[in-house]
Amino acid sequence: MKIKILGFYLALLLLNLGVNAQKIKGSDSVLPLSQKQAEAYAKKGGRATVTGGGSGVGIASLMDGSTDIAQSSRKMKFGEKAKLVAKKKQIKEVVVAKDALAVVVNPSNKVSQLTRQQLEDIFTGKITNWKQVGGSDLKIIVYSRETSSGTYEFFKEVVLKNKNYKSSVLSMPATGAIIQSIKQTKGAIGYVGLAYLNKEVKALKVSFDGKKYFAPTIETSKNGTYPIVRPLLYYYDIKKTKVVSPFINFVLSKQGQDIVRQVGYIPVK
Amino acid sequence: MFRGKKYFIEALWEGLLKISGSVTSIIIILIVLFLFSEGMGIFNKKVVEDGYVIAVNKNNPVKDLTPEQIKNIFDVKIVSWKELGVNINEDEITLLRLDDIPNYFPEDQIAEDMSNLPQIISQILKEHPGMIAFIPEDFAKKGFSEKVLDLGNINLKEFFGGKEWFPTAQPAPQFGVIPIVMGTLWVSLGAILIALPFGIAVAIYSAELASKKVHKILKPVIELLAGIPSVVYGFFGLIVIVPLIQKVFNLDVGETGLAGSIVLAIMALPTIITIAEDALRSTPRAMKEASLALGANKWQTILKVTIPYSISGITAGVVLGIGRAIGETMAVLMVTGNAAVIPHTLLEPVRTIPATIAAELGEAPKGGAHYEALFVLGCILFIITLIINLVVEYISSKNKVA
Repeated sequence: MKIKILGFYLALLLLNLGVNAQKIKGSDSVLPLSQKQAEAYAKKGGRATVTGGGSGVGIASLMDGSTDIAQSSRKMKFGEKAKLVAKKKQIKEVVVAKDALAVVVNPSNKVSQLTRQQLEDIFTGKITNWKQVGGSDLKIIVYSRETSSGTYEFFKEVVLKNKNYKSSVLSMPATGAIIQSIKQTKGAIGYVGLAYLNKEVKALKVSFDGKKYFAPTIETSKNGTYPIVRPLLYYYDIKKTKVVSPFINFVLSKQGQDIVRQVGYIPVK
Repeated sequence: MFRGKKYFIEALWEGLLKISGSVTSIIIILIVLFLFSEGMGIFNKKVVEDGYVIAVNKNNPVKDLTPEQIKNIFDVKIVSWKELGVNINEDEITLLRLDDIPNYFPEDQIAEDMSNLPQIISQILKEHPGMIAFIPEDFAKKGFSEKVLDLGNINLKEFFGGKEWFPTAQPAPQFGVIPIVMGTLWVSLGAILIALPFGIAVAIYSAELASKKVHKILKPVIELLAGIPSVVYGFFGLIVIVPLIQKVFNLDVGETGLAGSIVLAIMALPTIITIAEDALRSTPRAMKEASLALGANKWQTILKVTIPYSISGITAGVVLGIGRAIGETMAVLMVTGNAAVIPHTLLEPVRTIPATIAAELGEAPKGGAHYEALFVLGCILFIITLIINLVVEYISSKNKVA
């Protein structure tokens, strides 16, 4: 009798896992967000398992069907789209949150705004002294994240227009280390996620058109005026819409978007 | 019967020791073999990122480009074909990446399944004689009419002679190991220069001169140093040593090789001190007393008898200390700034081999060129420590008092 009941529950559990559990895989930047969402979703009776591995890994798993949702911190690349087309899969894209990067300097720095071109010249090594951009006569020390980080690639793509950083940039293993170093180095410049901004460093206003400068805040990132913003995306197979929509709807709901804010990203709604 | 049982147990013990000894040696050899077999794969990898090719106009006479030239072209540092020694009627280099295609060709005419992309890219290249394109291999096969450059594999000279480390650069990653190897050597050398005199001085003091009371405090304190996790040292270095160096030497930036050397020296000290002290203490009392009896004073005895007698133990301590310094990762990662430039003094930011491996291996795709390049770095590190071990082995065997 007992065994029968146990077997029944086990079968139910398996059924549950098989039908309702949504597998989410991909970007490590989106990972903490998806995990928090999955926890809250579990309290409502849903089930989602989240794993990292990088945006590329997530999209590759979506192609071979080993995940239901691919989480990504970048738009799908042309090459990836081409592969999906070759496999005759139709993919839907949902923006679940946004992430802004703030360009930060030492608080004693007089410079308070820079254009994209100036940033590119600083990070690629054409501008080496703060007096070239209206500051005091001080050597510019450039801090960056490690090459493996998604933030590194994103900044390179959007701000440096795919050019490589100069080879003498100091690369730090974590955002916390960048903040610490910029705090204690007068000529320092670096970039950190909006959520990490604090009073120990000064965030610069940035302009991409050379006319209007915008400070990085949740407001400017949300309305699209601050330019260094990346979407955090979920991709799924259109055929699986029914399976994944409860979870995605939850993420886009008010509760889900509150979680986005708690994790330090910018809500889309 | 009783004797037989005893022999059996002894034989069992002996066998067990033998097995564990040989298993350990075999595992070590296997690890080294694995390291080298993974690393050597890099020299079969193409210069251009896997799955992509570089293509130019059919009439472009360019034959070969080095990875460095490709990087400079795509970084817009080389802007004309003349700089590359190529004569062509449209001298200015224009770049074409896949994302640029809509700028040259109406997007709505690209087929839904992208099957006409090879033709489209061919057409764009045909219209722009000075263009260089970075495109997926698949689009340069059927229906592609322009020239695909065959750039060959990554070669030894570019790897061991290269001065730039951009492992994720597109289209051509740069794997120049010189700055990283130099950085490792600088930091380790600095650490040894700081740790050696301090370490041996403390060992001599503690073994020969210190009173029992002092020794009772000194010994556990030093051993405590060995138990602190390296991340804590790294954090301490970043918050205390880095700003200190910046102030003392009046530098623009405090994350330097010297900061790494100091942190590593502190970390290597307990090993050097503990082992050197044990070696000094192992000098037989009779020898020291004989020296004193001959009229030598305390200093002469230490210099002429105790140290020469225990030199092999002291060198063992030094080797282990250096071994820790060269292979140390976390602490160095946090304080040296990790800029991959060739250092000329200890007061510049440096990037070391262990820090590079630790920071990059997690995200490098398995089996790719970047992954294998990191394994080659591991091989280089292994060879460096091997050489140091052999040298020290040689010195200590020469100096041994028979």
